[in-house]
Amino acid sequence: MCTGTMENNDDYVLNVSNLSVKLQNQTILDNVSFKLKRGTALAVLGPNGAGKTILFRALLNLVPYTGKIEWAEKVKIGYVPQNIAVDDIPISVKEFLSYKNRVNVESSLSPVRLSNKNVADKTLGILSGGQLRRVLIAWALTDNPNVLLFDEPTTGVDHDTEEPIFATLSELKEKNKITILLITHDVHIVREYSDYLLALDGGVKFFGESKEIMNPSIQRIIYGETVCAGAPDENR
Amino acid sequence: MAEALTLSLLIGISVGVSAGYLGSLMVLKKMALVGDALSHVALPGLALGILFNFNPFFGAFAFLFASAVIIWHLGRVTKLPFETIVGAMFTVALAVGILLIPEPDLLEALFGDITKVTILETVVAVVISVMAVLLTKMIYRKLVLGMISEELAISKGIDVSRTNLLYLLLVSLVVAVGIKIVGTLLVGFLVIVPAAAAKNVSADLSKYAVLSASFGTVSTCSGILFSSYLNLPTGPLVVFSGIIVFLATVLVKWKAE
Repeated sequence: MCTGTMENNDDYVLNVSNLSVKLQNQTILDNVSFKLKRGTALAVLGPNGAGKTILFRALLNLVPYTGKIEWAEKVKIGYVPQNIAVDDIPISVKEFLSYKNRVNVESSLSPVRLSNKNVADKTLGILSGGQLRRVLIAWALTDNPNVLLFDEPTTGVDHDTEEPIFATLSELKEKNKITILLITHDVHIVREYSDYLLALDGGVKFFGESKEIMNPSIQRIIYGETVCAGAPDENR
Repeated sequence: MAEALTLSLLIGISVGVSAGYLGSLMVLKKMALVGDALSHVALPGLALGILFNFNPFFGAFAFLFASAVIIWHLGRVTKLPFETIVGAMFTVALAVGILLIPEPDLLEALFGDITKVTILETVVAVVISVMAVLLTKMIYRKLVLGMISEELAISKGIDVSRTNLLYLLLVSLVVAVGIKIVGTLLVGFLVIVPAAAAKNVSADLSKYAVLSASFGTVSTCSGILFSSYLNLPTGPLVVFSGIIVFLATVLVKWKAE
């Protein structure tokens, strides 16, 4: 396992080479390599069990791995997990965001387009799916991270709420020059809100620019079939 | 008589506050029954104290401490739920304790007897309770964050495993002190019911923790006072007082909905 910092390469924030993760004698990730430019958004795509969440856990140093993960110097990571258990815990949004005692709740909520008046005193467990995801983004941003890892941003969120959440992420990326890594299943999200795509299925199936997802030949590599109409198939 | 009552009330307040406060996390962690079962592990320790003529509560401390470490370690190594490990340990401890404790002392060990409390025991109880509450206050948010998402907590640099161990050790201490008032069979009540009552009427964490500690104190103090006036055993009266508080909060919650 080797976590390090990259030297003299201002353009890139993350360099992963030959990353493999084995859990309970099963290979979850095999020889994954990719590089990510600063201030860009990477969508991580793949079927269930493809190793997407494990990739994030490895990037956060939460699971043992072999290979190399190099973050740029002075990188600060904010993490938004897919599942959190809040239903039975009487914790208000204000308390959750003030975890480190030095957070202005109002200014934490405004970047994620939530009003202090409406949600600050509410218990986390009674928030809608969309509100909860936004509060989680706000929480991840409290440390002023320059990298945001976002595991399935639309879990528990209705379709109408998905777009504003991604618009918020996109805005954060532009305004604060945050690098975003997000796990998603949605081709539309990949195309609209990410710059690069990493398709996983244990190993890397595809890594390249996100707009390539509309290319039928790339879709066949990722999904084994064409899943939606898009750009003409240049390889045909 | 008045001095004994004062000492009893001092212990009652200490245990009520600390058990209520620490119990608030136990209930959130869905480990309420762990707190209850853990208390039974003290029995062999109490037995050794009685048999070898030293203060049985030091034996209880030692056994609870050792059990907390074993439970924590087994949980980490085997990944078995706490409930399973504690369940197995507490039944064995109960069996060993009942076999070892001489019959005349068994009733006191099981149901407590606060009337025989000494000044030293009161001081120890107050010091332990204050320490337990202060240390728990320091790790309260870390524990809650770990409950919300272990990954989230670890990503913020929290050592979830060590924090859990510290918490289990503090619970053991408070349980050992609580045994003096209500005994091993009923001390779980002080960890579970005040917190459950507080949860019924709390919308945020700070209110929940404070109410849990307050309900714990109300239960112990009313139980001790009723016991003194009615000349009945303290343990069951503490339980009855707590249950009245719990039912009142159920009513408040029901009305609010």
